[in-house]
Formats: sequence, C-alpha cells, structure tokens
Amino acid sequence: MVEEGIYRAIRRAAIRLPFDVQKALEDALERETSPMARSTLEAILRNLRAAEERGLPVCQDTGTPTFYVELGEGFSLKAVVREAILSAVKRATEEVPLRPNAVNPWTNENSGDNTGRGVPIIHWDVVEGDGLRVRYLAKGGGSENVSALYMLSPSRGIAGIERAVIDAALRAGPKPCPPVIVGVGVGGGADAALKAAKRATMRPLGTRNPDPVVAELEERLLEEINSLGMGPMGLGGRTYALDVHVEWLHRHPASLPVGVSMTCWAARRALVEFRPDGSYEILEP
Amino acid sequence: MAEYRLATPISEEEARALRVGDVVYVSGIIVTARDQAHRRALELARKGEEIPVDLEGGVVYHCGPIVREEGGEWRIYGFGPTTSARMEDLEAEFIERFGVRMVVGKGGMFQKTTEALKRFGAVYAQHPGGVSALAVASVRRVVAVHWLDLGVPEAMWVVEVDEFGPLTVTIDSTGRNLYQEVLEEARRRAERLALG
Repeated sequence: MVEEGIYRAIRRAAIRLPFDVQKALEDALERETSPMARSTLEAILRNLRAAEERGLPVCQDTGTPTFYVELGEGFSLKAVVREAILSAVKRATEEVPLRPNAVNPWTNENSGDNTGRGVPIIHWDVVEGDGLRVRYLAKGGGSENVSALYMLSPSRGIAGIERAVIDAALRAGPKPCPPVIVGVGVGGGADAALKAAKRATMRPLGTRNPDPVVAELEERLLEEINSLGMGPMGLGGRTYALDVHVEWLHRHPASLPVGVSMTCWAARRALVEFRPDGSYEILEP
Repeated sequence: MAEYRLATPISEEEARALRVGDVVYVSGIIVTARDQAHRRALELARKGEEIPVDLEGGVVYHCGPIVREEGGEWRIYGFGPTTSARMEDLEAEFIERFGVRMVVGKGGMFQKTTEALKRFGAVYAQHPGGVSALAVASVRRVVAVHWLDLGVPEAMWVVEVDEFGPLTVTIDSTGRNLYQEVLEEARRRAERLALG
C-alpha cells in the first residue's frame, strides 16, 4: 500500500504539473508581449495539455527522484518505507515510463532503473504522530546544473545576498529551462544552505516567507531577476522566474552561506499523505 | 520573422535563408546525439571510419529520449531537448565533418559553434525546453538506434518526424546569436540595479 501510494505520486508528478505552476505559466503568457516569449509559453502550455491527454511525462528528463519523508514516530509501517520508495521508483521507471537517470560516474554505466548509490535521494525527518508524509520532487539535470553556493562574508549583508542571487541567475541564463522557480537558502552552512534552497523551490507559488523582511526580499528579488529581461527559455521577455522563495537558518558568526537552487518550469512535485492504517491521499502542495 | 516548413535533407541555401526569430517545423529524419554520441562519432571520423548514419543536410537533435521496447519495436515516450551547452566543445567539428545543416537543442551555444554555423551554412534552432509530450506527437517512428551501449539517453536515435517543432532559429548563419545578445543586455541591466 505504501509502495502504491508513492508510485501514484511519482506518476502524477511526471504527467501533470501542480495547479499553481500551471496557473503561473498562464499568467506569464498574459504578461509577455514579445513573439518569441509568447510562442515559447504557448508551446509549454500546449505541451501540458498533450502530456495529460496522452498520459505522457511532461518532460523527457523525468529527473533524479528526490524524496522528503516526514515519518511519524508511531507509523506502524515504518520498517517498509525505504523499500517501498525503491520499488515504487523502479516500477515507475518501467511503467510511466521514466527515463533511467542514475549513472555510475566512473564507468558511465546507467543502472537502468533510477536506483543506485544515493539514488533515489531520500531526506528523512522523524516527526511526532502516527502518519507518514512523502514529498516527491523530480529534479531535472539542466536546472540542477546551475545550482550555486556563495560563502559570503557576513558584512555583505542583505545586498550581498541579493547580488549572489542575481549572479546565479545571470550565470544560469537559458540553461535551467526558464521560467524557473528560484530557491534561496541563507545560513546554516554550505550543505544546509543548498538543501534549504532546493526545498524552497517546492513551496507553493504565491506563498511568502512568514518573516516580513524575508518576504520583502523575495518580492524584490523576483522583480530584479525578471527586470534583467532574459525571459522564457532565455529568448528575451519579462518572465525568467515564476517566483523566488527564500528560507533561512541561523549561521555561524564567521559565515553567511547563500545556496541557490532552481527548478525548471516543469516543477514536478507531489505529496502523498498516509494515515496510520496505510490508506493515503495524493496532494499537490 | 517568417515561418518555414522544411523537409530533410536540408540544403545549404535553405539553411542560409533562415534568420534569428524564424520559426521552423521539420519533417523527415532527425538524429539524436548528446555529448557521448558526439564524442564517439568524432573519434570514429578522426580515425577515418564511417559513422552509422548519413548526416549530410541532416538535423542533429540534442535529446535523450524516453524509449521503451514494445513487441520488438521502439516506442518514444519523451522527446524534448537537452541543454546544448554540453556539446559546445564538439559541435563545430561535428558540423564540419558530417555536413549537418541544423542543430536543435535548448539553451543555446557559444562562439565556436556560432562561427562554424556561419562558415559551413547551418543554423541552431531551439525546441522549447521540456516540451516533450508535444514533440512525441510529431514522431512517426524510430527508424534505427545506434550505440545503445552508451545508455538510452546517450544513444543515437534515428527518428522519422512530421512537423517537428515549433523550432525557433536562435543562432543563424550570419553569425547572430540571440542568447549572447539577451545575456549581454541582462548583464548591463544587472550593473544598473541598486541593491540592498
């Protein structure tokens, strides 16, 4: 039952984008005036319909399967969760189908089933309660390749953080398949900043960080990035980013890490919530 | 900006007539190649050996498809483009050696490729990134696959397509590179931002 729920979440994410992402892409088309930006967004929107009608993956890069697990201490089936994730990934690779994306870096051998050393990527959190929540992210290679880490001097402050994110966007240019969702992780440490950044790309669009200073920074960064004019797929236009999400952690006195992670417009995510008896519901947030 | 419907093989004249911003739909045969396939093709050609496909007037597509074997036939489930920047080191020689007239991918290419497109009379066109299901709809059939030992995404897939597109010409044979223009303007604008 756990495997089935996870399989369905993977399949749903591969074939249908979350409603908020679809809506943001439609809104982007409204804003654009340049013919190339418009034709790019129109093709993206037609592709979403084609994928859903034909039951095909939205994008051929079905990503590195990435899971964020919130495991309830009392969840009765906790011993099977890891195995369920692995078998759901293998089954989805065969049946959806997904592209096999797990390659041995030394031999370049593709494992063929999206599993391997460290793949799928699974982040575990043990939480109170007796349920289980599994968030799935299909992370494409093009957008992962533009991830960036800046270890700033703390004296650089907010302007330094802004400069780092703008720099990451300029370096990324057309490569991550814009319009992107930009995730920024501030503080923590090198690995924690990047982890927070990637997790931030999964926050539903249109939501702001509860901290008003951070929320204002998100809005400012969104406006600044889009003002650069790189547009959809880097052909020029008003929408490079659908949104910017910033998360923060306390920092070491000597460090100001800024992690930047981007997700392509095909922001494929799903959440599956299991009740204590193992029954489940698939949600999009 | 004009709209073209081209059939493969594409002539030098047809390729040289295309300009940045033009939209193209391609019918005929296209061949996928990512970095590994580019590397292998060039290694063979440098040794004077043949590659298994004729790319004269051809369209090379930066794509790692989703493919499944069903009843002895290959069926494509995903056919969007991959990031072309990875092929930059190899593409100029690839165009020169094999007579390619159109390189299709996403995200653009740089100076070396731009110069080769100008010199040999070819263009780079962008298929919208991630637009995979729509591309599948244009696939007629898989004609052949070579070098499957490289893995499904990296193998060379020879595919017959009908009205494959919309492809936007983004680097043309006059040396115009739209990505470079957009990025230079973006850098100028970034310098003018008042941050903090």
